[in-house]
Amino acid sequence: MSSKKDWLETTFKQAAERPARFSTVSDMEIDPLYTPEDVPGAYDTALGNPGEFPYTRGVYGSMYRGRFWTMRQFAGFGLAEDTNARFHYLLRQGQDGLSTAFDMPTLMGYDADHERAQGEVGREGVSVSTIHDMVRLFDKIPLDKVTTSMTVNCSASILLAMYLVVAERNGVAWDRVGGTIQNDMLKEYIAQKEWICPPRPAMRVVTDMIEFCAKKAPRWHAVSISGYHIREAGSTAVQELAFTIADGLCYVEEAVKRGLAVDDFAPRLSFFWNIHNDFLEEVAKLRAARRMWARLMRERFGAKNPRSLMLRTHAQTAGASLTAQQPINNVVRVAIQALAGVLGGVQSLHTNSMDETLALPTEQAVMVALRTQQIIAEETGVTNTIDPLGGSYAIEALTDRIEREAMDYIGKIDAMGGMLAAVETGYPQREIAEAAFHFQRQLEKGEKTIVGVGKYSVPEEIPIETLKIDPAIEEKQVHRVRKMKRERNAAALKVALARVSAACRSGENLMDPICDAVRSEATVGEISDIFRAEFGVYTDPGWI
Amino acid sequence: MAEKRLRILVAKPGLDGHDRGAKIIARALRDGGFEVIYTGLHQTPEMIAQAAVQEDVDAVGLSVLSGAHMTLFPEVLRLLKERGAADIAVFGGGIIPDDDAAKLKQSGVRQIFTPGASTEDIVKWVRENVSPRQ
Repeated sequence: MSSKKDWLETTFKQAAERPARFSTVSDMEIDPLYTPEDVPGAYDTALGNPGEFPYTRGVYGSMYRGRFWTMRQFAGFGLAEDTNARFHYLLRQGQDGLSTAFDMPTLMGYDADHERAQGEVGREGVSVSTIHDMVRLFDKIPLDKVTTSMTVNCSASILLAMYLVVAERNGVAWDRVGGTIQNDMLKEYIAQKEWICPPRPAMRVVTDMIEFCAKKAPRWHAVSISGYHIREAGSTAVQELAFTIADGLCYVEEAVKRGLAVDDFAPRLSFFWNIHNDFLEEVAKLRAARRMWARLMRERFGAKNPRSLMLRTHAQTAGASLTAQQPINNVVRVAIQALAGVLGGVQSLHTNSMDETLALPTEQAVMVALRTQQIIAEETGVTNTIDPLGGSYAIEALTDRIEREAMDYIGKIDAMGGMLAAVETGYPQREIAEAAFHFQRQLEKGEKTIVGVGKYSVPEEIPIETLKIDPAIEEKQVHRVRKMKRERNAAALKVALARVSAACRSGENLMDPICDAVRSEATVGEISDIFRAEFGVYTDPGWI
Repeated sequence: MAEKRLRILVAKPGLDGHDRGAKIIARALRDGGFEVIYTGLHQTPEMIAQAAVQEDVDAVGLSVLSGAHMTLFPEVLRLLKERGAADIAVFGGGIIPDDDAAKLKQSGVRQIFTPGASTEDIVKWVRENVSPRQ
């Protein structure tokens, strides 16, 4: 048998090849063939069995033979009662956990009645300004049984406090409340761009929440370290992996500096990846991520609890990969991406709806998206054996390479003084903008293809039905928020808000004072205003 | 060479942080030979109108992906008019349904680009439709 090099120079060279650039969607060039020569690592150190270090093949011993991943569709629009109805609908369809999308004002720390909220209330998610909105949002949802994910970052401390106060009112003790709050501020400055304060005070609030949850809400994941938005902003797969792991290392460092023992909080750190179009690259990325995290947590922080080493993750198919043109094609894209996520061993998954480039999804579109997961789980058979692609020369070679390239980035970020410093200089932001521009250029030069856009397009698009948000929702919500502000106990509110201000200054953990403020009917906007006053306001440097 | 280079303000009104498109457009317009100023995220219509006048731009490109375009685009137009700058060409892009795009064009937005538009098309449109302010 010939070596790979000999084969490339003889047998392969004699065969014809299409005139194309053979590279992933991240433009990583791919060999025509991978062989055992490309996979030098020993099985036990590079891969290990599922549920064993370094967890390349999966974090759990039985993976999907034990239980399927959590099918968790992200939902939120309009008023709290509208989203509550969607939650009940999703639970009836067989979904296991909830995932809450808030509107832009809530996400940015403004009440519905703020001038900056005009036109945005209930549009991209549900509007939550007050504790009463949160009560309506989770009406008749058993918070001790259903786990909830909340996608919110700079105002996360306030929304988590509201959720805990709702649980308390429903008689559910905080140690029985399970869920995840995104709360990954580093990736906000890097990619998603929702912020109130500058990075350093934001990091302090995140660390307060990690500490608070470790002590008082031990089933709650205080941070979901997220690559999703980094990828949506246009990064490559390697950048998504590298910047996200570097973010994770930064949170661990800060919590350790705070005096927490790594094994007391690291088991509750979870991740959130994007699953893009390039099938093999995505599977390899997820496998590389697990191995990197396990090794780094052991080597850098001396973590001993296996759960501290396990990278457990949610994933979502890539919103940016979907097309407004011929939107039904998106069902196929989502199915293939979801399959990559499952073959990559995710613990939880959101599949995008086909209409998400046009508007928030309709119920029908959401159902197809959820059914896609159920078909993968219960019809395709890929869940019968663990990590079925493990041992593929291509997958293992790509896993090694993606890890190596991501570690190079992490080395660079270490040299800058860690991710917090790197973010302040705009390093990851620029790298991502560069990659996004490169992809756009490749697309326009015809080096990359999006089916239905510029290629295989149709002259007349067939419109699909989309969800319309009633503009009257904004008026109703503004009215409700103003009414509550008039009617509440102003003296109690003042005392509670003063306590939050004092904690900002003294360094006392902010979570208990914020819970008290929420109990006194302080709003998302009012508590955010305290952050603005005490910590300052961050503005976009506008790097292009 | 005597021809003045067009100055374009690429602006991101509203609260959403989706700046991938705005940044790509800003760069493509710059590469296309225009002078480009990018406002950064989270601008109010007031801030945008003020920047457009202060920077003496010939056109403003707005990017909105939050669904708030029907509030924000007309407000920018109104504020430009109020400042005697109604001749600044306003164009935009984002997740904008066809019906909304038609209404926005009627109200004075010169062009709307939706997902899938190429940077070349946008550069070409600016070259052909924007002229220096008198």
